[in-house]
Amino acid sequence: MMNYMTLANLTKKYSRGKGDEIHALDSFNLTVKKGEFVTILGPSGCGKTTALRIIAGFEEQTEGDVFLKGENINHVAPYKRFMPMVFQSYALFPHMNVYENIAYGLRALKKSRDIIRNDVAMACQVVNLVGLEKCYPGELSGGQQQRVALARTLVLKPEMILFDEPLSNLDVKLRIQTRTEIKRVHRMLGITVLYVTHDQSEALSMSDRIVIMNHGRTVQEGTPEEIYNNPINSFVADFIGNANFISAEVEEIEGKRVTIRLQNRIIVVKQENPELSFSEGEEVYLAIKPEATGISSDKADFTGIVDTRSFQGSHTEYKIEFEGSFINIHQSNMGKEIQTYQAGDIINLKFDKDLFHLYKK
Amino acid sequence: MNKSFGKIRKDPRLLITASIITLLLILFILYPLYSAFKMSITGDGGISFSVYREVFTQKQNIRAISNSLVLATLTATFSTFIGFTFAYSIHRAIIPGQKYFRAMAILPLISPPFMFALSHILLFGRNGLITARLLGIDSLGIYGLNGLVVVQTMGMFPLSYLILSGIVRAVDPDLELSAMNLGARRLRVFRTITLPLTLPGLLASWLMVFMGSLTDFGNPIIIGGDFNVLSVQAYLEFTGMGNLPRGTALAILLLLPTLFIFTLQKQILKRRSYVSASGKSVRNSRGLGTPGISRALFIFCLMITVFILLIYITIIAGSFITLWGEDWSFTLKHLSYSYDVGFKTLINTLLLALISTPITAAMGILIAFLATNKDLPGRKILEFLSLLSYAIPGTVVGIGYVLAFNRSPFKLSGTAFILIAVYVFRNLPITVEGGIAALSQVSGEIEESAANLGGNSAYILRRVTLPMIRPAFFAGATYAFIRSMTAISAIIFLISARWNHMSVLILAQTEIMRLGVASVMSFVLIILISIIIFLGSQMTKLKGTGLPASLKQLKAY
Repeated sequence: MMNYMTLANLTKKYSRGKGDEIHALDSFNLTVKKGEFVTILGPSGCGKTTALRIIAGFEEQTEGDVFLKGENINHVAPYKRFMPMVFQSYALFPHMNVYENIAYGLRALKKSRDIIRNDVAMACQVVNLVGLEKCYPGELSGGQQQRVALARTLVLKPEMILFDEPLSNLDVKLRIQTRTEIKRVHRMLGITVLYVTHDQSEALSMSDRIVIMNHGRTVQEGTPEEIYNNPINSFVADFIGNANFISAEVEEIEGKRVTIRLQNRIIVVKQENPELSFSEGEEVYLAIKPEATGISSDKADFTGIVDTRSFQGSHTEYKIEFEGSFINIHQSNMGKEIQTYQAGDIINLKFDKDLFHLYKK
Repeated sequence: MNKSFGKIRKDPRLLITASIITLLLILFILYPLYSAFKMSITGDGGISFSVYREVFTQKQNIRAISNSLVLATLTATFSTFIGFTFAYSIHRAIIPGQKYFRAMAILPLISPPFMFALSHILLFGRNGLITARLLGIDSLGIYGLNGLVVVQTMGMFPLSYLILSGIVRAVDPDLELSAMNLGARRLRVFRTITLPLTLPGLLASWLMVFMGSLTDFGNPIIIGGDFNVLSVQAYLEFTGMGNLPRGTALAILLLLPTLFIFTLQKQILKRRSYVSASGKSVRNSRGLGTPGISRALFIFCLMITVFILLIYITIIAGSFITLWGEDWSFTLKHLSYSYDVGFKTLINTLLLALISTPITAAMGILIAFLATNKDLPGRKILEFLSLLSYAIPGTVVGIGYVLAFNRSPFKLSGTAFILIAVYVFRNLPITVEGGIAALSQVSGEIEESAANLGGNSAYILRRVTLPMIRPAFFAGATYAFIRSMTAISAIIFLISARWNHMSVLILAQTEIMRLGVASVMSFVLIILISIIIFLGSQMTKLKGTGLPASLKQLKAY
């Protein structure tokens, strides 16, 4: 597969007056292959939307280049880039009805009336808008508006579509529904997608590849599974897995085997993260995901005290006081006779030791 | 609405207050209007429209009508264009100095009505700095249509700016970006997105300036020259020739379009909002601008700004130059002369403005209270009456007051009271509208939550409602004060030897070409107004603009 789009050393500085500068983007690099679904995931203010707007040509980078199919498009006007975007606010034209909104791009391209009518009808079919053509955006529900925004880009038969947090204005149920919808369209039409979001479950469920971003830089890049299973640092572990962090001290290092002492017990962690190296006696974070910890009344290596319990349906969340801090544990509610615990109960904890990760403090 | 508060609103004393205010509105707004109308149709005893027939057969009157329309059309078009360019440059483009451009775009609103005309004479007149000195020509023909268009446009484009800045800001910049993103070139985006979305604002601006230009009196009387307009013609017939019916009829002709425009623009602005159903992007974006476009906008704004500054500097310079165009030496004699001639008038002007200001603001808030009280019968009538004077040209008000209050039982002419009445009832609409806007924010959940937290009605009124409408009160007061200090078209009919007004005095000095003295007086007025605006903005606590929000609705003269 060829590189469809490349960002090279993209830097964007905003001056806040008096010599104070913020780097919205700091030498950001990214490649997107043809037909790929790439998600840029990061907290708000990490620079992901800035990157998207530079790609679309709405903003100009301070340094660096944007390549499209090998061609530098730094100075190409936004209307010549043909990378239609679905905006977070949808940006539907309020004075035009659904039909006119969808036809807008085709009209700008001076397509014939017949082609426009035909293509708009097709687009309406693809995103399930048939019958709403005469409605104005103000008369549509959030989900319908979202679909108009999508149809407006699809109708142009683009090679690539940009999404800027397109689902953040929808309620939870609709969000999950639309997620599948977008994924279906991506697969059906083979369009290259660059998707920006701060929602980890969106990123994990839709992407071929995720780029985790923070402070204008790439933190980690990989498939959803890679990132979920092996977060490169505590930021990613926290952001994507809501990991629990437990303070501990390194006792001994033997190649990849790092020995940690916790509650007077020895834990051996396989340290395979090439980015990190530890020394003996160092204070580190031991990270473990909420679903990788079990609670049992059987005797186990570790104990904690239940602080709060909240029932979530498929699972129950416990907040446990452990080693002077709090950790979250998810207990599945599947199966019969699940024992529940109340605040103040002393419980035994079972960690899945293969799922431990070590991070710098 | 919580119950305890509802009780206050149902108080019978309220009905009495409402009745008294309605009577006052009828007496000071409708009755003068009626008097003027009666005068124009009772020629030889019986009711007849002969005066109007006369007006429409006399060449000079027909010319005055067509002149007024031509002038208003041109001024409205130019003002809207400049106002839109400013609004777009300040709120959409990314250019340096936006804060300063904004300040300059509002500055003309606080100036005495015909200061621009005065400055125009100093710059471009027969002895003008630019015409006679720099270019060595006699005059650019400033007396007449050209000069009037320039002068009115400079004075009134701020109104366009204020109307349009709100509209331009309400248009989500993502819409333009999205259009471009879908492949539309800039011009197409402007034509298909920007223009349609701002059209209601453009129309409203055009109509408001049209109305302002039509009813303007100060500028045409100074630099109109042979170019006669209706407001001046009405004044000359009424006061100069003493032909009361004909003067009144001409003024009534002004009233018809303003009433029409007043209702029309309300309708337009009511339908203006295309509410986007979702969140709006607040990102600072370049929008449609290329560096080239930004540069062009910057240069345009800079040129207008420099021109406005030049006007003000000219007035200040004119105050201290012995004889403009002949003897450029420094002098204080204009200052001392102005003190001798004008000090008493200045004090009186200030006094009457200070008396009428709190009355206007308090009455406005009171009417707003009544008009938002759903239990009060006839509250819509009350609101309509109080807003009506928006639509009545100053000339009609002036003539109406002369006719209505020159004999018993309401013999008021020549007193200070008639001037105060004019100030109060002419400036009432803005304070009423501001009050209604503020109250509609207060009512409902805020009052309910205050009651829910245990406040009794008096406590709620004192601690919640009043503090929340305080900004509206002071904004209205500031506005009323500025308007009182810069009034001309109505009060020129009503001043007396005892109670003169600075504007009229400046006008007189300009007419006899004592331009230095006129400059001093204008300068002093501007300083006084600036001080009051500063105090007012401190009270309303509006950061950034330095100007009360109510100025947004400041109507052109």
